[in-house]
Order: sequence, then structure tokens, then C-alpha cells
Amino acid sequence: MNDKNLITIKNLLVKRGNKVVLRVNELFIKRGEILSVVGPNGAGKSTLLLTLARLLKPNAGQILFNGNPAQKESDTAYRRKIALVMQDPLLFDLSVYKNVALGLEFRGASKSEIQEKVPLWLERLGVANLTERRAKKLSGGEAQRISLARALILEPELLLLDESFSALDPPTRANLLDDLKPLLKNNATTTLFVTHDLHEARKLATRMAIIMKNSLRQVGNANEIFEAPIDEDMAHFLGKI
Amino acid sequence: MTFPPEIFQITLLSLQISALATGISLLIGLPLGTLLALGKFWGRSFFLSIVNTGMGLPPVVVGLFVAMMLWRSGPFGDMNLIYTPTAIIIAQTVISAPVVIGLTSAALQSLDPRLRLQLYGLGASRWQMIWALWREARLPLLAALMAGFGSVISEVGASMMVGGNIRYQTRVLTTAIVLETGKGNFEIALALGVLLLLITFLVNWALTWIQQRGEE
Repeated sequence: MNDKNLITIKNLLVKRGNKVVLRVNELFIKRGEILSVVGPNGAGKSTLLLTLARLLKPNAGQILFNGNPAQKESDTAYRRKIALVMQDPLLFDLSVYKNVALGLEFRGASKSEIQEKVPLWLERLGVANLTERRAKKLSGGEAQRISLARALILEPELLLLDESFSALDPPTRANLLDDLKPLLKNNATTTLFVTHDLHEARKLATRMAIIMKNSLRQVGNANEIFEAPIDEDMAHFLGKI
Repeated sequence: MTFPPEIFQITLLSLQISALATGISLLIGLPLGTLLALGKFWGRSFFLSIVNTGMGLPPVVVGLFVAMMLWRSGPFGDMNLIYTPTAIIIAQTVISAPVVIGLTSAALQSLDPRLRLQLYGLGASRWQMIWALWREARLPLLAALMAGFGSVISEVGASMMVGGNIRYQTRVLTTAIVLETGKGNFEIALALGVLLLLITFLVNWALTWIQQRGEE
């Protein structure tokens, strides 16, 4: 057992009906790293993320969290170690402050803890000026920053980002990625970042994993993968041929 | 009819009966509507169809059904509830509960289904997830409450059949209007009608104020 690994996945199989939608023989997520999972649409990337969030039940295989079988814990106890940011911000029709406080409230945090942490994380994401704003009055970029603050404030052991920037226009996306990367690094937040955008994946990643045709095909650091794709399909996807 | 103490008593009784029936409908309708909206079980569509049909139940049919149940020779005859305010509350609950269930279910189904995943992804337990969805759907849920109240405060057929329109006991605004109209006392009937409209407006105005607080 490698204690550097926060997550260890072995022989994972997820089916929808009779169709295999994801097969992962082995995958580790090291503590503190950002693992970008890339692949074409429909390849099975989000299935991996939803399985790790315990929002999908795998048909077979094992997921170890901190070396222990994740299945041993209740869904709620497990999910309180993670935080999920989806493609759309999915904010609630409340003030920005209340949206960011939501996950802390679920965990029974005290009012003083919430009052201390919410302004701090809004400041870190550069949206402190929006505290009292109604969430539905925000721009797309602002809303996604709030969504990230809502997840990061939980200081999760594992942050799951599901195409979290793909709905934003390119300049907004670039700004947000520039701001997010140091935040994740400084807090050593273990992150699984699912995207179909190779450039975005490479920009944020410590390591990359490529999923194609519902199967994990290659894992390694970005340079390794781009320089030595394992086959023609991979080379084609990476724009090498 | 003496004026105004009797009218005050009739108005108060109407409000008490309809508010209680709406409250009970909410207690039944909120969990059942949530179950129908979020649950996955065999026969869900069938139960939704039943509820949707129930939203249009004719009050006289409800009155007939409840009267048969509470009649002295009926299955609940021993409880001596026929021609009591309780009988009217039961009938009005049968009328408004499907309205609250159906509109609760529709309100929750109109939310983005990914909100549930997002709530779980932030560590919500099942009850925290449901509470957050209720809060998110608070505007249509209050509309469900208003529709439930509206369906019973203005109802006459069932109240007449199971309440009997007994003076000082089961006479409510709508049955009093019918009685006064039958006697040709149009002025009193009209005054009662205006009073009923005013009460309906005030209750809905209060609920709308709660509903729209914070909206621009």
C-alpha cells in the first residue's frame, strides 16, 4: 500500500444496462496532486468522477480512500470528505454568502466558523464584493467562482471538478484557471479535474489520465503523454497525427 | 340573521375550518408530493395520474363520499362526526390534499435534476437535500398552499352535504350565501360574498407577500 495515494482504484467496472461505460484496471490519485482526466465526449470521464463522488454505483471493482475500502462508510460520511463542482455553477436562489456557507451548514459548522470562513474564501477567489448579491444575478464567471468557493471552503480531501470551466468564455476561463491553480497548489488540495479540453487539462495538471472508448488508456505526466502516446488512437486524440 | 355577531362567528368558523384543512393537506401533501417527485418506485406514474385526477375532484362528489363514510349507518358512523365542523374539515382536506400533493410534485420536478447531485456532492444527507430543494422551490410551494386554501375556502357542495349548514355550528360563509340567496335575501348574500372575497384576497395577499419577499 502506498500511503502517498489518497485514492486507489482497482478493476473498476461501471455499466449502464448491459453496456460498459467505464473500465479502469488501476488508477491512483496521489495526495496533493491535480490529476486531469481527459478524453472525448462520452468517453466515460464524468462516469469516473460520479463514481468517485458515490453518485454512481460501480458494478465491480474496489475504491480505496486513504487505503481503506470506501464502501465501508455511509454515502454521507464519504461525501463529506469530498466536494464537487460541476459544469454549471448550480447555485441556489439565495445570497452568495448563504450559497458558500451551504456545505459547512450540512456538516454542522458553528455560525462563528461560517462567519470566519465565508469572507476568507470569497476573498481568495476574488469575489468578496459579491457577498450579499443574490446568486441568480451573477455573471457566468462570477457564479463559477462562487461555486468553487463553496467547494474549497470545505477543505475537502478530494476536490472533483467536472468540466467546471467549459461553460465560460475563453478570457474568463483563463483568468479563473490562473487564479485557481495557486490556490489548489498552496492548499495541497487533491483534485480530480475532468475536462475534454487538452490545453486546460495540461495547464492545471500535475499528472494526466486519458480515457477513450470507455476505458482508461494512459496515465502519466503531461510531457510523457504528449511525447509518447501509447497508440495511434491516442496520438490522434492528442493532435499528434 | 342577526348582524354582525353571527356573521363574525360564521367568518371565524370558515377561516378556522379552511385553515385547518389546508394545514392538514400541507402535512400530507408536502411529503407525498416530494416522494412522487423524487422517488423511483413501481407505479409512480400511476399514482401521479391519480393525484392529478384528484386535483379536479368535484366537491359534491367528495361530499357524497365523506357523507357515506360518516353517516350513522356508515363505517365511521359511531364517531358521530356527520354535521360537525370536523366532517367539513375532513371533506375539505380530501379536496385540497391532491392539489397540494400535485403542485408540490410539479414544483420539485421543475427544478434542475442536477441540483440533487450537487447537494450530495457538497455533503448533504438525504433530509438536508430535501430541505434544500424545498427551500429552492419555495415560490411554487407557496403557490401550492394558496391553491389548496383557495380550493376549500370557496367550496360549498361538500360543506353543505357533510356539515348540514346548521346555524352557529356548521354554517360557513359559502353555505350561508346559498341559504340567504334561497330565501331571497340578496343584500345579505351579497355582503357575505364580498366578505368571502375580501378574506380570500387578504389570505392570498399575505401569502404572496411572503412568497415575493426579496424578489424584485
